[in-house]
Amino acid sequence: MKVADTIRRKLTEALSPVALHIVDDSDKHRGHAGYREGGESHFTVTIVSTAFEGDNRVARQRKVYTILAEELAGPVHALSVFALTPAEARSQEKRQQ
Amino acid sequence: MTNPVFERIQKDIDENEVVLFMKGTPQFPQCGFSSAVAQILDYFQVPYKGVDVLQDPSLREGIKEFSQWPTIPQLYVKGEFIGGCDIVREMAESGELTQLFDEKGIQYAA
Repeated sequence: MKVADTIRRKLTEALSPVALHIVDDSDKHRGHAGYREGGESHFTVTIVSTAFEGDNRVARQRKVYTILAEELAGPVHALSVFALTPAEARSQEKRQQ
Repeated sequence: MTNPVFERIQKDIDENEVVLFMKGTPQFPQCGFSSAVAQILDYFQVPYKGVDVLQDPSLREGIKEFSQWPTIPQLYVKGEFIGGCDIVREMAESGELTQLFDEKGIQYAA
């Protein structure tokens, strides 16, 4: 299974996100120490879930890191996380319009 | 809590108002994420101590356990863990970072 698919499955199961966007940025890190041929080492995850309500930024990112602990200890060298609540995602969308 | 490296980390964050645990040094960052946070601190002209985790494998692993945070860089302000690259970047963009500096009494260039 592709790493991105595993990330999607685990986050979906644990956080029931209303939106989940996973980007493999590995190519941007070509030549860098953590880069592997074939990619799947650097990811950006944008996730919208009610599970983040009442959490500060650190707590939200810790939730994601905990769910993906195995991946972070293994193939994933870098993981950027943008964790929003549905209300925050809506107000961000409005600002961008 | 018997990891000997914890004592050293605690000392660093006790003795320095702003500490960035990073890969490389502020002058020569060895990773884009560490570099991004160093640049943000430089932009606000905040004096900080950069601690290069690549110099010591026990520190590189120890800081992850200490902060319960599996990635580097890690920013501490007045002993409080603030976050990694994504969080610091978002806070810088939203104005929360200078708000934090104000609350903690850290001098910065507006």
